Amino acid sequence: MNNIDLTGIRESNNEKLQEVIKESGGVRPEDCYQCGKCSAGCPAVFGMDNTPRQIMRFLQLSMVDEALKSNTIWMCAGCQTCTVRCPKEVDIARVMESLRVLAREKGYITEKSINLFHELFLKSVESTGRVYEMGLILGANIIGMKPLKDAEFGLPMISRGKLAIIPHRIKDNGEVKRIFENVRKRGAKV
Amino acid sequence: MKRVGVFVCHCGSNIGGVVDCAKVAETAQDYPGVVYAVDNKYMCSEPGQELIKKAIKEQNLDRVVVASCSPRMHEPTFRRCVESAGMNAYFMEMANIREHCSWVHSAEKDKATEKSCDLVKMAVAKAIMNKPLQKATIPVTDRALVIGGGIAGIQAALDLANAGHVVDVVEKEPSIGGKMAQIDKTFPTLDCSACILTPKMVDASSHPNINLITYSEVEKVDGFVGNFDVTIRKKARSIDMSVCTGCGVCMSKCPSKVDSEFEMNLSKRRAIYTPFPQAIPNKPVIDRDNCTYFKTGKCGICQKVCTLDAIDFTQEDELVVTRYGAIITATGFEQFDHSVYGEYGYGKYPDVITGMHFERLINASGPTMGKIKRPSDGKVPKNVVFIKCVGSRDEAKGKAYCSKTCCMYTAKHATLVTEKIEDSNVYIFYMDVRTGGKGYEEFYNRTREKYAAQYIRGRVSKVFKQGDKLIVRGEDTLLSRAVEIEADMVVLATAMVPQEDASKLAQKIGIGYDKDHFFTEAHPKLAPVETHTQGVYLAGACQGPKDIPESVAQASAAAAKVCGLLSKSEMLTEPIISQVNESICVGCGLCVPICPYKAIDLKTISERDHGNIIERLVADVNGGLCQGCGACTVACRSAALDLKHFTDQQILAEVNALCL
Repeated sequence: MNNIDLTGIRESNNEKLQEVIKESGGVRPEDCYQCGKCSAGCPAVFGMDNTPRQIMRFLQLSMVDEALKSNTIWMCAGCQTCTVRCPKEVDIARVMESLRVLAREKGYITEKSINLFHELFLKSVESTGRVYEMGLILGANIIGMKPLKDAEFGLPMISRGKLAIIPHRIKDNGEVKRIFENVRKRGAKV
Repeated sequence: MKRVGVFVCHCGSNIGGVVDCAKVAETAQDYPGVVYAVDNKYMCSEPGQELIKKAIKEQNLDRVVVASCSPRMHEPTFRRCVESAGMNAYFMEMANIREHCSWVHSAEKDKATEKSCDLVKMAVAKAIMNKPLQKATIPVTDRALVIGGGIAGIQAALDLANAGHVVDVVEKEPSIGGKMAQIDKTFPTLDCSACILTPKMVDASSHPNINLITYSEVEKVDGFVGNFDVTIRKKARSIDMSVCTGCGVCMSKCPSKVDSEFEMNLSKRRAIYTPFPQAIPNKPVIDRDNCTYFKTGKCGICQKVCTLDAIDFTQEDELVVTRYGAIITATGFEQFDHSVYGEYGYGKYPDVITGMHFERLINASGPTMGKIKRPSDGKVPKNVVFIKCVGSRDEAKGKAYCSKTCCMYTAKHATLVTEKIEDSNVYIFYMDVRTGGKGYEEFYNRTREKYAAQYIRGRVSKVFKQGDKLIVRGEDTLLSRAVEIEADMVVLATAMVPQEDASKLAQKIGIGYDKDHFFTEAHPKLAPVETHTQGVYLAGACQGPKDIPESVAQASAAAAKVCGLLSKSEMLTEPIISQVNESICVGCGLCVPICPYKAIDLKTISERDHGNIIERLVADVNGGLCQGCGACTVACRSAALDLKHFTDQQILAEVNALCL
């Protein structure tokens, strides 16, 4: 294992850290006392290369790039179990969310398929007002170049009415569209 | 015109290294009223004080200004000094040119000198306005009250009683003993808690100077240091204490069984009961909420079986007022209620217990006769998980503070499990191990090394049931891996919190408490057993989480303070107190709730108004209670309240000296 040189690490990474803090609405990494309650309760921790606690530790040491390159931030499902259980009231789920946003901006997407899922999900919501599951699955499979992934579930789900062929639309999609417009106006890249 | 002398102290280089003291003295000579000004290396030294005394006589001074350090340390020194030269002590005024000047402005020497001159100028202006004040004496009642009969209260009472003072101990439970009576062993020596406590309980009950007032609570506290009038509610015990011999026949025949609080609800007691066999006084009490006679009017078996006619259903609560010179509060702690933790089962899993439950489970006189059996099915657990910091160090659901004792008692529990259950495995989830104390670190190391307790660094995220096992899930943060343990029993090291009614008691007595409702000491380092209310002292966990040695030490310290107070038949009172100008007081009463010492009441005065005698309300300051904080003077709308020695005119004189 390589040694990590901590000399001056705060100063050289401060700008990046401030971006994370700003994006997450002022979360304070130093609040975390590394108890690991977040990681023990995380339902997605099995697929993570670093536990959520380690992501917080990276931020405490200002090692923002390590956090951004970790697959942990993509494996996070945003269920917020960590946030509600955190004894120090750190909004860990929000930190993960902000790190995803920044990773996209900086081109550090380590889990392309999950990023694609997020993109298609939002696109679907924007165009129909809610998720068009069939379109989402097909899009993810085709662009992700795994056209037959989970195909065996298709027919049974359709026949049981769990998967609609035609998208459901909401009454007034204009409102949802306006939300997207507003978010973009404020600088979001979606 | 007043004749003021100014004495500027160098305090070695503390002031002299920054401030040009000679220049300050020189400048001061031109201030109105100043007839003499001099500087000296150490004004508080013997030669320095002689200088002041000599100048008072030779220069015929009637006011003295000492420009030196904070008044906290040396105001009494210089007051004594001028007093010995025949001057009223309150004619001496201090200008703080050290803490308020040289120490904070060491980089700007010229400006510091200028500021020192200003501070002296202000002090001179105030000194001229100073009035002679006299200390008054109040009688001191040689009797102390200890609130709480746990180990801290017992220790304080014994120390006081041995010093020859009469002590009353008020305990709300039917027996003294407190939490220590429930504990099995004590760390780090593993000696039996009851074996070292019960002799002290017996000593307390048999001591001629100690009166135990059990099953009673403090209702009201009036008065002030030396003369507290305390109303104590003696709850109806339903037993004639003078007749009862504590034979226990009534308890064995009583048909109503309820959960025993002493046994942490792990076993039953009767409605007429003593909390535990070694209870003192060892005479029962009837729990009226659960007694069939009090609920339905029928039964009365205890009365029938009592051969001495000691049962008295007609007893009523009794209010007794007694005068005390000093009060020691030793109300102790309670356990944090862990039912707020949904992830640990909301307190509903019977086999997820607290440290105090564990103490009863392992106690030879406890519900299982000292055999560790899990509460749900009585099986002996093989895998026992301990979770530390439950409610402590948790700002989200519990308390921010560390409860201090849990690291050690968990280590103790771990050793006891491995000693008592063969082939058992102990897992301890911790965040930090804090073992500050004599022999504590060694004890912890023994727990890991000799007793092979597995310490896992991480906070448990969830405990859930699977069959008859409890699955404990946490992260080993040193491995960065989620870990799971199939446990038979889980013990939570729950936080120490003050008694539920601690804040109410503090309000009754008039002492401060912090956001967690622990009583606040007068100074965290230099007055750790005193409160801001004179004559009231603190002992034990009511002031903050403490283990037994610390509680005992603090109790003895508080007793020593009380001994000092009670050793004289009268005491001097500080004359810097609030005064009411009755002629302009409108009797609005705003000052009454603002006073933190409950020193102000409204009284009715009669006066002549256009030939008629009228009665009206005015504020009345109790000089024994008033601590001179000045809160009332700010609240008073008609400026009828003024603080002696810090009157509006005196403060304004200082402001004028600086600004005009």
